[in-house]
Amino acid sequence: MGAQLRVYRQKIKSAQTTKKITRAMELISASRIQKALARVQASGPYSRAITRAVSAVATFSNVDHILTTEPEKVERAAVVIFSSDRGLAGAFNSNVLREAEELATLLRSQGKDIVYYLVGRKSVGYFAFRRREFVQSWVGETDAPEFSTAKEIGDAVVAKFLQPTSEGGVDEIHIVYNRFVSMLTQSPEVVRLLPLEVVEGVDEPGDDAVLPLYEFEPEVGDVLDALLPVYIESRIFNAMLQSAASKHAATQKAMKSASDNADKLIKDYTRLANNARQSEITQQISEIVGGADALSGSK
Amino acid sequence: MTDLQVSLVSADNEVWSGQAKQVVARTTEGEIGILGGHEPLLAILASGEVRITVTDGTVIKANAADGFLSVENNNVTIVARDAELSE
Repeated sequence: MGAQLRVYRQKIKSAQTTKKITRAMELISASRIQKALARVQASGPYSRAITRAVSAVATFSNVDHILTTEPEKVERAAVVIFSSDRGLAGAFNSNVLREAEELATLLRSQGKDIVYYLVGRKSVGYFAFRRREFVQSWVGETDAPEFSTAKEIGDAVVAKFLQPTSEGGVDEIHIVYNRFVSMLTQSPEVVRLLPLEVVEGVDEPGDDAVLPLYEFEPEVGDVLDALLPVYIESRIFNAMLQSAASKHAATQKAMKSASDNADKLIKDYTRLANNARQSEITQQISEIVGGADALSGSK
Repeated sequence: MTDLQVSLVSADNEVWSGQAKQVVARTTEGEIGILGGHEPLLAILASGEVRITVTDGTVIKANAADGFLSVENNNVTIVARDAELSE
Protein backbone atom coordinates (compact mmCIF):
# COMPACT_ATOMS: atom_id res chain seq x y z
CA MET A 1 0.00 0.00 0.00
CA GLY A 2 1.27 3.43 -0.92
CA ALA A 3 2.07 6.05 1.71
CA GLN A 4 -0.63 8.40 0.48
CA LEU A 5 -3.31 5.74 0.67
CA ARG A 6 -2.26 4.75 4.20
CA VAL A 7 -2.54 8.34 5.40
CA TYR A 8 -6.08 8.64 4.05
CA ARG A 9 -7.13 5.35 5.62
CA GLN A 10 -5.82 6.55 9.01
CA LYS A 11 -7.82 9.74 8.71
CA ILE A 12 -10.98 7.84 7.84
CA LYS A 13 -10.49 5.59 10.84
CA SER A 14 -9.99 8.55 13.16
CA ALA A 15 -13.11 10.31 11.88
CA GLN A 16 -15.10 7.13 12.36
CA THR A 17 -13.99 6.77 15.97
CA THR A 18 -14.83 10.40 16.69
CA LYS A 19 -18.22 9.92 15.12
CA LYS A 20 -18.96 6.98 17.39
CA ILE A 21 -18.30 9.16 20.43
CA THR A 22 -20.27 12.18 19.24
CA ARG A 23 -23.18 9.99 18.16
CA ALA A 24 -23.29 8.38 21.60
CA MET A 25 -23.20 11.77 23.32
CA GLU A 26 -25.97 13.00 21.05
CA LEU A 27 -28.20 10.08 22.00
CA ILE A 28 -27.43 10.43 25.69
CA SER A 29 -28.32 14.11 25.82
CA ALA A 30 -31.41 13.50 23.68
CA SER A 31 -32.70 11.14 26.32
CA ARG A 32 -31.73 13.52 29.12
CA ILE A 33 -33.57 16.49 27.62
CA GLN A 34 -36.88 14.73 28.15
CA LYS A 35 -36.08 14.05 31.78
CA ALA A 36 -34.91 17.63 32.35
CA LEU A 37 -38.00 19.04 30.66
CA ALA A 38 -40.24 16.83 32.76
CA ARG A 39 -38.59 18.30 35.86
CA VAL A 40 -39.14 21.84 34.60
CA GLN A 41 -42.81 20.93 34.07
CA ALA A 42 -43.13 19.25 37.45
CA SER A 43 -41.80 22.28 39.28
CA GLY A 44 -44.31 24.49 37.47
CA PRO A 45 -47.24 24.23 39.93
CA TYR A 46 -44.99 25.14 42.86
CA SER A 47 -43.49 28.24 41.28
CA ARG A 48 -46.88 29.31 39.89
CA ALA A 49 -48.49 29.00 43.31
CA ILE A 50 -45.71 30.96 44.97
CA THR A 51 -45.65 33.65 42.31
CA ARG A 52 -49.39 34.08 42.63
CA ALA A 53 -49.20 34.32 46.40
CA VAL A 54 -46.32 36.80 46.32
CA SER A 55 -48.09 39.02 43.83
CA ALA A 56 -51.26 38.80 45.91
CA VAL A 57 -49.42 40.01 48.99
CA ALA A 58 -47.49 42.64 47.09
CA THR A 59 -50.59 44.00 45.36
CA PHE A 60 -53.01 44.02 48.25
CA SER A 61 -50.93 45.37 51.01
CA ASN A 62 -48.90 48.49 51.29
CA VAL A 63 -46.43 47.10 53.74
CA ASP A 64 -42.92 48.28 53.28
CA HIS A 65 -40.78 45.22 53.17
CA ILE A 66 -37.04 45.30 52.80
CA LEU A 67 -37.13 42.82 49.94
CA THR A 68 -39.58 44.86 47.89
CA THR A 69 -38.49 48.42 48.49
CA GLU A 70 -36.18 50.01 46.02
CA PRO A 71 -33.03 51.30 47.75
CA GLU A 72 -32.27 54.98 47.17
CA LYS A 73 -28.77 54.39 46.02
CA VAL A 74 -27.49 51.13 44.64
CA GLU A 75 -23.82 50.72 45.39
CA ARG A 76 -23.26 47.05 44.88
CA ALA A 77 -25.02 44.40 42.85
CA ALA A 78 -24.74 40.65 42.96
CA VAL A 79 -24.78 38.63 39.74
CA VAL A 80 -25.48 34.91 39.82
CA ILE A 81 -24.29 33.10 36.70
CA PHE A 82 -25.70 29.69 35.80
CA SER A 83 -23.30 27.81 33.53
CA SER A 84 -22.73 24.09 33.07
CA ASP A 85 -20.17 21.69 34.51
CA ARG A 86 -19.11 20.26 31.18
CA GLY A 87 -18.43 21.73 27.78
CA LEU A 88 -19.12 20.26 24.34
CA ALA A 89 -22.36 22.18 24.25
CA GLY A 90 -21.75 24.64 21.47
CA ALA A 91 -22.12 28.27 22.49
CA PHE A 92 -24.06 27.41 25.66
CA ASN A 93 -21.50 28.65 28.17
CA SER A 94 -20.03 31.44 26.09
CA ASN A 95 -23.52 32.84 25.52
CA VAL A 96 -24.37 33.03 29.19
CA LEU A 97 -20.94 34.41 30.08
CA ARG A 98 -21.18 37.05 27.36
CA GLU A 99 -24.60 38.05 28.62
CA ALA A 100 -23.16 38.34 32.12
CA GLU A 101 -20.30 40.51 30.84
CA GLU A 102 -22.76 42.81 29.11
CA LEU A 103 -24.79 43.09 32.29
CA ALA A 104 -21.61 43.81 34.24
CA THR A 105 -20.62 46.57 31.83
CA LEU A 106 -24.07 48.09 32.14
CA LEU A 107 -24.06 47.94 35.92
CA ARG A 108 -20.55 49.41 36.11
CA SER A 109 -21.58 52.28 33.88
CA GLN A 110 -24.27 53.02 36.46
CA GLY A 111 -21.54 53.20 39.08
CA LYS A 112 -22.27 49.91 40.80
CA ASP A 113 -19.77 47.45 42.20
CA ILE A 114 -20.34 43.85 41.21
CA VAL A 115 -19.93 40.67 43.19
CA TYR A 116 -20.28 37.32 41.48
CA TYR A 117 -21.85 34.03 42.46
CA LEU A 118 -21.12 31.17 40.10
CA VAL A 119 -22.92 27.94 39.36
CA GLY A 120 -21.18 25.33 37.21
CA ARG A 121 -17.53 24.47 36.63
CA LYS A 122 -17.30 26.32 33.33
CA SER A 123 -17.97 29.75 34.81
CA VAL A 124 -15.58 29.01 37.68
CA GLY A 125 -12.92 28.11 35.12
CA TYR A 126 -13.63 31.29 33.16
CA PHE A 127 -13.16 33.40 36.28
CA ALA A 128 -10.11 31.51 37.52
CA PHE A 129 -8.37 31.86 34.14
CA ARG A 130 -8.90 35.61 34.20
CA ARG A 131 -7.92 35.77 37.88
CA ARG A 132 -11.19 37.43 38.78
CA GLU A 133 -12.80 37.28 42.15
CA PHE A 134 -16.07 35.64 43.02
CA VAL A 135 -17.79 35.21 46.35
CA GLN A 136 -19.05 31.67 46.19
CA SER A 137 -19.51 28.87 43.69
CA TRP A 138 -21.56 25.71 43.39
CA VAL A 139 -20.33 22.96 41.08
CA GLY A 140 -20.98 19.33 40.33
CA GLU A 141 -24.69 18.95 39.76
CA THR A 142 -25.75 21.25 36.97
CA ASP A 143 -26.99 18.28 34.94
CA ALA A 144 -29.56 17.29 37.55
CA PRO A 145 -30.08 20.18 39.97
CA GLU A 146 -31.26 19.50 43.50
CA PHE A 147 -33.65 21.77 45.31
CA SER A 148 -31.36 21.82 48.34
CA THR A 149 -28.70 23.57 46.23
CA ALA A 150 -31.23 26.15 45.08
CA LYS A 151 -32.06 26.73 48.73
CA GLU A 152 -28.36 27.16 49.58
CA ILE A 153 -27.90 29.69 46.78
CA GLY A 154 -31.08 31.47 47.80
CA ASP A 155 -30.03 31.65 51.44
CA ALA A 156 -26.59 32.95 50.46
CA VAL A 157 -27.83 35.75 48.22
CA VAL A 158 -30.71 36.79 50.48
CA ALA A 159 -28.33 36.94 53.46
CA LYS A 160 -26.00 39.13 51.39
CA PHE A 161 -28.95 41.28 50.41
CA LEU A 162 -30.03 41.80 54.01
CA GLN A 163 -26.52 42.86 55.05
CA PRO A 164 -25.99 46.61 55.19
CA THR A 165 -24.08 47.90 52.17
CA SER A 166 -21.34 49.32 54.37
CA GLU A 167 -20.53 45.80 55.57
CA GLY A 168 -20.28 44.32 52.12
CA GLY A 169 -23.94 43.65 51.48
CA VAL A 170 -25.55 44.10 48.09
CA ASP A 171 -28.52 46.21 47.00
CA GLU A 172 -29.52 44.26 43.92
CA ILE A 173 -29.47 40.66 42.81
CA HIS A 174 -29.43 39.61 39.17
CA ILE A 175 -29.42 36.13 37.71
CA VAL A 176 -28.12 35.15 34.28
CA TYR A 177 -29.13 31.80 32.82
CA ASN A 178 -30.02 30.03 29.59
CA ARG A 179 -33.76 29.81 29.13
CA PHE A 180 -35.09 26.78 27.31
CA VAL A 181 -37.16 28.12 24.42
CA SER A 182 -37.25 25.03 22.23
CA MET A 183 -35.08 22.09 21.30
CA LEU A 184 -33.25 24.35 18.87
CA THR A 185 -33.24 27.65 20.69
CA GLN A 186 -31.89 28.50 24.11
CA SER A 187 -31.65 32.16 24.89
CA PRO A 188 -29.53 33.69 27.63
CA GLU A 189 -31.71 35.65 29.99
CA VAL A 190 -31.06 38.29 32.65
CA VAL A 191 -33.56 38.65 35.47
CA ARG A 192 -33.40 41.02 38.41
CA LEU A 193 -34.47 38.97 41.42
CA LEU A 194 -34.27 41.59 44.12
CA PRO A 195 -35.68 44.05 44.80
CA LEU A 196 -38.77 42.43 43.34
CA GLU A 197 -39.49 43.99 40.03
CA VAL A 198 -41.88 42.34 37.67
CA VAL A 199 -43.66 39.31 38.93
CA GLU A 200 -43.59 37.13 35.89
CA GLY A 201 -46.00 34.46 34.91
CA VAL A 202 -49.04 36.11 36.43
CA ASP A 203 -51.96 36.72 34.14
CA GLU A 204 -53.07 40.26 33.83
CA PRO A 205 -56.07 40.44 36.10
CA GLY A 206 -59.06 40.42 33.77
CA ASP A 207 -62.65 40.96 34.85
CA ASP A 208 -63.06 37.59 36.45
CA ALA A 209 -59.45 37.09 37.43
CA VAL A 210 -59.13 39.87 39.97
CA LEU A 211 -57.10 38.72 42.92
CA PRO A 212 -59.33 38.58 45.98
CA LEU A 213 -58.70 40.51 49.16
CA TYR A 214 -56.84 38.06 51.29
CA GLU A 215 -56.97 37.52 54.97
CA PHE A 216 -53.45 37.01 56.26
CA GLU A 217 -52.34 34.74 58.99
CA PRO A 218 -50.46 35.67 61.12
CA GLU A 219 -49.69 39.21 59.78
CA VAL A 220 -49.01 40.61 56.32
CA GLY A 221 -45.40 41.34 57.21
CA ASP A 222 -44.81 37.86 58.58
CA VAL A 223 -46.39 36.25 55.57
CA LEU A 224 -44.14 38.29 53.29
CA ASP A 225 -41.12 37.42 55.45
CA ALA A 226 -41.85 33.75 54.97
CA LEU A 227 -42.87 33.94 51.32
CA LEU A 228 -40.12 35.97 49.74
CA PRO A 229 -37.14 33.72 50.48
CA VAL A 230 -39.22 30.80 49.21
CA TYR A 231 -40.02 32.78 46.09
CA ILE A 232 -36.34 33.54 45.52
CA GLU A 233 -35.47 29.86 45.97
CA SER A 234 -38.10 28.78 43.53
CA ARG A 235 -36.89 31.32 40.94
CA ILE A 236 -33.34 30.08 41.38
CA PHE A 237 -34.43 26.45 41.17
CA ASN A 238 -36.35 27.25 38.02
CA ALA A 239 -33.26 28.91 36.53
CA MET A 240 -31.19 25.81 37.37
CA LEU A 241 -33.71 23.46 35.78
CA GLN A 242 -34.04 25.62 32.67
CA SER A 243 -30.30 25.83 32.42
CA ALA A 244 -29.96 22.04 32.73
CA ALA A 245 -32.54 21.42 30.01
CA SER A 246 -30.87 24.02 27.78
CA LYS A 247 -27.48 22.44 28.33
CA HIS A 248 -28.73 19.04 27.21
CA ALA A 249 -30.43 20.55 24.17
CA ALA A 250 -27.28 22.50 23.28
CA THR A 251 -25.14 19.39 23.67
CA GLN A 252 -27.46 17.41 21.47
CA LYS A 253 -27.34 20.08 18.78
CA ALA A 254 -23.57 20.44 18.96
CA MET A 255 -23.01 16.69 18.89
CA LYS A 256 -25.41 16.26 16.00
CA SER A 257 -23.48 18.72 13.88
CA ALA A 258 -20.22 17.09 14.99
CA SER A 259 -21.52 13.70 13.80
CA ASP A 260 -22.66 15.24 10.52
CA ASN A 261 -19.24 16.79 10.04
CA ALA A 262 -17.58 13.46 10.74
CA ASP A 263 -19.82 11.89 8.09
CA LYS A 264 -18.75 14.51 5.61
CA LEU A 265 -15.07 14.02 6.44
CA ILE A 266 -15.38 10.27 6.05
CA LYS A 267 -17.02 10.73 2.67
CA ASP A 268 -14.39 13.20 1.45
CA TYR A 269 -11.47 11.05 2.61
CA THR A 270 -13.02 7.93 1.08
CA ARG A 271 -13.11 9.71 -2.29
CA LEU A 272 -9.49 10.76 -1.91
CA ALA A 273 -8.44 7.28 -0.82
CA ASN A 274 -10.21 5.72 -3.81
CA ASN A 275 -8.43 8.17 -6.07
CA ALA A 276 -5.09 7.35 -4.54
CA ARG A 277 -5.72 3.60 -4.85
CA GLN A 278 -6.75 3.95 -8.48
CA SER A 279 -3.72 6.00 -9.41
CA GLU A 280 -1.51 3.51 -7.60
CA ILE A 281 -2.98 0.67 -9.67
CA THR A 282 -2.64 2.70 -12.85
CA GLN A 283 0.95 3.40 -12.03
CA GLN A 284 1.68 -0.28 -11.34
CA ILE A 285 0.08 -1.33 -14.64
CA SER A 286 2.04 1.21 -16.62
CA GLU A 287 5.22 0.09 -14.86
CA ILE A 288 4.53 -3.55 -15.78
CA VAL A 289 3.65 -2.66 -19.36
CA GLY A 290 6.68 -0.44 -19.64
CA GLY A 291 8.89 -3.16 -18.18
CA ALA A 292 7.50 -5.82 -20.55
CA ASP A 293 8.01 -3.45 -23.50
CA ALA A 294 11.57 -2.85 -22.52
CA LEU A 295 12.23 -6.62 -22.10
CA SER A 296 10.65 -7.54 -25.45
CA GLY A 297 12.45 -4.63 -27.21
CA SER A 298 15.86 -5.79 -25.95
CA LYS A 299 15.59 -9.30 -27.51
CA MET B 1 -72.07 22.78 49.98
CA THR B 2 -69.63 23.60 47.20
CA ASP B 3 -66.61 21.42 46.90
CA LEU B 4 -63.07 22.61 47.22
CA GLN B 5 -60.54 22.22 44.44
CA VAL B 6 -57.43 21.23 46.33
CA SER B 7 -53.88 20.92 45.15
CA LEU B 8 -50.92 20.00 47.26
CA VAL B 9 -47.60 20.89 45.65
CA SER B 10 -44.02 20.46 46.74
CA ALA B 11 -40.89 21.97 45.24
CA ASP B 12 -40.42 19.38 42.52
CA ASN B 13 -43.86 18.01 41.79
CA GLU B 14 -47.58 18.16 42.38
CA VAL B 15 -48.22 15.68 45.16
CA TRP B 16 -51.99 15.49 45.01
CA SER B 17 -54.88 17.35 43.47
CA GLY B 18 -58.61 16.83 43.31
CA GLN B 19 -62.00 17.68 44.74
CA ALA B 20 -62.48 17.71 48.49
CA LYS B 21 -65.04 18.56 51.14
CA GLN B 22 -62.72 19.74 53.83
CA VAL B 23 -59.09 20.59 54.43
CA VAL B 24 -57.48 20.72 57.84
CA ALA B 25 -53.98 22.12 58.18
CA ARG B 26 -51.73 23.42 60.89
CA THR B 27 -50.65 27.02 60.50
CA THR B 28 -48.33 28.99 62.73
CA GLU B 29 -51.41 30.25 64.59
CA GLY B 30 -52.93 26.84 65.11
CA GLU B 31 -55.06 24.32 63.30
CA ILE B 32 -57.40 25.60 60.67
CA GLY B 33 -60.28 23.85 58.96
CA ILE B 34 -61.46 24.98 55.56
CA LEU B 35 -64.84 24.23 54.03
CA GLY B 36 -66.37 25.41 50.79
CA GLY B 37 -67.00 29.14 50.61
CA HIS B 38 -64.13 30.09 52.88
CA GLU B 39 -62.89 33.67 52.61
CA PRO B 40 -59.63 34.26 50.73
CA LEU B 41 -56.77 33.42 53.03
CA LEU B 42 -53.03 33.26 52.95
CA ALA B 43 -51.44 31.51 55.90
CA ILE B 44 -48.01 30.23 56.80
CA LEU B 45 -47.87 26.52 57.56
CA ALA B 46 -46.25 25.14 60.63
CA SER B 47 -44.79 21.72 59.99
CA GLY B 48 -47.37 19.09 60.61
CA GLU B 49 -50.11 17.04 59.16
CA VAL B 50 -52.55 18.14 56.48
CA ARG B 51 -55.82 16.21 56.28
CA ILE B 52 -57.91 16.38 53.15
CA THR B 53 -61.41 14.90 53.24
CA VAL B 54 -62.17 13.88 49.69
CA THR B 55 -65.69 14.17 48.28
CA ASP B 56 -66.44 10.50 48.87
CA GLY B 57 -65.49 10.73 52.52
CA THR B 58 -62.03 9.18 52.50
CA VAL B 59 -59.32 11.10 54.25
CA ILE B 60 -55.94 11.76 52.70
CA LYS B 61 -53.15 12.61 55.07
CA ALA B 62 -49.98 14.35 54.12
CA ASN B 63 -46.95 15.80 55.82
CA ALA B 64 -46.10 19.32 54.84
CA ALA B 65 -43.34 21.51 56.14
CA ASP B 66 -42.03 24.94 55.25
CA GLY B 67 -44.79 26.35 53.19
CA PHE B 68 -48.05 28.20 53.02
CA LEU B 69 -51.69 27.74 52.34
CA SER B 70 -53.84 29.86 50.11
CA VAL B 71 -57.59 29.84 49.70
CA GLU B 72 -59.54 31.73 47.07
CA ASN B 73 -62.77 30.99 45.23
CA ASN B 74 -62.88 27.47 46.67
CA ASN B 75 -59.40 26.78 45.34
CA VAL B 76 -57.10 25.59 48.07
CA THR B 77 -53.40 25.45 47.35
CA ILE B 78 -51.06 23.96 49.88
CA VAL B 79 -47.50 24.75 48.95
CA ALA B 80 -44.65 23.20 50.83
CA ARG B 81 -41.00 22.74 50.10
CA ASP B 82 -41.26 19.19 51.36
CA ALA B 83 -44.62 17.53 51.11
CA GLU B 84 -45.50 13.89 50.93
CA LEU B 85 -48.54 11.74 51.42
CA SER B 86 -48.46 9.70 54.58
CA GLU B 87 -50.36 6.53 55.26
